[in-house]
Amino acid sequence: MATILAVDDSASMRQMVSFTLKGAGYDVIEAEDGQKALDKAKAGAVDLVLTDVNMPIMDGIELVKNLRTLPDYKFTPILMLTTESAGDKKVQGKNAGATGWLVKPFNPEQLLATIKKVMG
Amino acid sequence: MSVDLSQFHQVFFEESYEGLDVMESALLNIDLSEIDDETINEIFRAAHSIKGGSGTFGFKEIAEFTHVVETLLDLIRSDQFEMKSDHVDLFLRSVDCIRTMINQLENGISCDMEVADELKALFTTLLDGESAEGAGSSAEGADSNDADSAAATKTHDSQSGAEGWEIYFKPELDILRTGNDPVRMFRELSELGELSVIAVTDEIPSISDIDPEACYMAWNLTLFGRATKEQVNEVFEWVVDDSELVITPLILQSEPLDEPVTLTNEDLVVDESDATNEFEGKKTSDGKSSTTKKAVAKKDVKSESASIRVGTDKIDDLINMVGELVITQSMLSELGKEFSIENMPKLMEGLEQMSMHTRELQENVMRIRMLPISFAFSRFPRLVHDMSKNLNKKVELVLLGEQTELDKTVMERIGDPLVHLVRNSLDHGLELPEKRLALGKDEMGKITLNAFHQGGNIIIQIIDDGAGLNKEKILSKAIENGLVLASDHLSDDQINDLIFLPGFSTAEAVTDISGRGVGMDVVRRNIQELNGSVEVESTEGEGSIFTIRLPLTLAILDGQLISVGEQVYIFPLVSIVESIQTLDQMIHRVSGGCDVLRLRNEYIPIVKLWDVFNVKPKHETVENGLLVIVEGDNIKIAVLVDDLLGQQQVVIKSIRENYRPVHGISGATILGDGTVSLILDISGLIKLAGVGRDTYKKISDDNDTEAA
Repeated sequence: MATILAVDDSASMRQMVSFTLKGAGYDVIEAEDGQKALDKAKAGAVDLVLTDVNMPIMDGIELVKNLRTLPDYKFTPILMLTTESAGDKKVQGKNAGATGWLVKPFNPEQLLATIKKVMG
Repeated sequence: MSVDLSQFHQVFFEESYEGLDVMESALLNIDLSEIDDETINEIFRAAHSIKGGSGTFGFKEIAEFTHVVETLLDLIRSDQFEMKSDHVDLFLRSVDCIRTMINQLENGISCDMEVADELKALFTTLLDGESAEGAGSSAEGADSNDADSAAATKTHDSQSGAEGWEIYFKPELDILRTGNDPVRMFRELSELGELSVIAVTDEIPSISDIDPEACYMAWNLTLFGRATKEQVNEVFEWVVDDSELVITPLILQSEPLDEPVTLTNEDLVVDESDATNEFEGKKTSDGKSSTTKKAVAKKDVKSESASIRVGTDKIDDLINMVGELVITQSMLSELGKEFSIENMPKLMEGLEQMSMHTRELQENVMRIRMLPISFAFSRFPRLVHDMSKNLNKKVELVLLGEQTELDKTVMERIGDPLVHLVRNSLDHGLELPEKRLALGKDEMGKITLNAFHQGGNIIIQIIDDGAGLNKEKILSKAIENGLVLASDHLSDDQINDLIFLPGFSTAEAVTDISGRGVGMDVVRRNIQELNGSVEVESTEGEGSIFTIRLPLTLAILDGQLISVGEQVYIFPLVSIVESIQTLDQMIHRVSGGCDVLRLRNEYIPIVKLWDVFNVKPKHETVENGLLVIVEGDNIKIAVLVDDLLGQQQVVIKSIRENYRPVHGISGATILGDGTVSLILDISGLIKLAGVGRDTYKKISDDNDTEAA
């Protein structure tokens, strides 16, 4: 089963995302900031990255940039969790190499639909 | 599948409170002359997380309010708005407001929007002022412009009549490097209807020039069926900005084709103006309905949260230790299977290890409940900030030892007494700036909160460099209230201590006495309920030091085991002053009262434990008996016991919860041999034995006559 790396500094969001994805049968790895996510991505194969944008230590944009420099993550889908008002973040994320985005607030059904869109 | 989101609410509340604390302390630390980017970012991030979470978990009121706060923060962050001290206050009020709202939600009350609406109006004014000046456009501003133009372009392609779509899609070369895959999009389209795909391979370079990671293809797609344009757009949502994408309605009859519509990102913007109207409408109706509930909702109830967040390192330690314990246990049981006497040293060693691991395990389990005292300190920067502003005083707050750990329960219950003491120091201790200057002091007063461990206790000090206690006034007030007699000779410490007596504080005292005296008895009582103590040292003109001494935890107590007849009782070690073997000449009989012990010119009432608890002792008389001198409620008593046994840590079991409250007993514990032993409550014992303050006074009177 596909492994998804869920990155968010908010524990409640992480739990919600993780719970939803696990319920749908995905394996989930959690990380609370970009740096930890990068370390975990390096440590094991991840099929999809789902990351928040605003995080301490390393934000989501930096995480995308860093992931794209790794051979294993050149083509891996990376989705950003953005807010509706953060238009420039979407552009920054895209430029950094993100695949797409999911606009917050979202519900579990929307989350799964988006994941399915990428994972098939 | 449906997911019950309410299971994440508690975590959301907790992290929101933490986020609010972060915002608050960052706001208080902000240096307006030189605003640090990271500080603003920190505040923004916290607000942003709260907004995101509240939206996701369905707390619309908070999401809406936080959105406004976040918008202004975003402007400040991008240097489009200059932050002034008024704004800091506005943000601080917003923090309070959000905290109240979350608290209400946590307690299942609907949010009181009155304050939120008022603050929101202030923010809106600030934001409007900003855009009117044209100094910069917010993200929102840009979006709403887009929404207008989107609405304009939208009109002519309302397309319900179409029987399909013709799509030309030429992605950018780099599309694969963003993790986007055209095949995935085609698959998604094919779910909307029958799809035909024709690849356009014209631009594929010769093999030597091919970059294997680039995408040189384009596609002509035809989607048959009733899919709406929105659905088609959604498939290309992530790539539309960088791709060539033309979507035209497919008309099977030979009617003239509409001009092809070039899709821009504007088409994808949701029409926000409608949404905003709806939002406004809801807001006002919410405001109305909530005012009626205000009376109920106003009360800031903090429900005791039953959960505790524990660092994973602490848990890992525990698991390690349990592992060790299991190994030792299996070693011992192996040993027991075929035990012979020559294995005795091994057995002893194993038992030794077992007891070591158990002790470590105990300590570590205790650590789980320990939190740094910064949790209790964190509210003070704000409190001091607000209060000093109200009182026109200049105050510097210094926090020391914030990482000192303390049991969560103790922490929760020490908050109020601490606030009381800090307020008192600020209000009555520190002088006004003019007065300080006149006295030759720095006009900036200083309040220090200091926490540190000492033995098995945590010490918290509240130190101010204000006026100090006015001993004459305290004494005259105490005499007036009949707490002491004019003829009493009291030491400075004893005078200072009078402020903790019940009956000392009166409304009058607040204005009369430039020192303290507002409900200090309550402070002392609260602290004593935690098995702690509080005392004050003060130098007139130089300031005061309040020292609180608390046990690290309420679950375990350092106890002194004593025996009376067959019974074993436990004194909290902290309350023991000393233990002595009496000599006859030290005992004095008081007419109509109890015996007293004269110890270094101090007269201490003697309490016979066997008498109080009605048990049969080995030793009935005081003469040559063993006396344990203990202190509670600032009164010393000498307790007659048969024997002093060992000292040990005991785990407290509540008598109140398991039986009912019993005077003189604070709890029970189970000793190593399995017997139950009662833990004595000194203040209760004093009351039970009837040797309270009145007796103490009488003894003092006797003392005076004797001296005279």
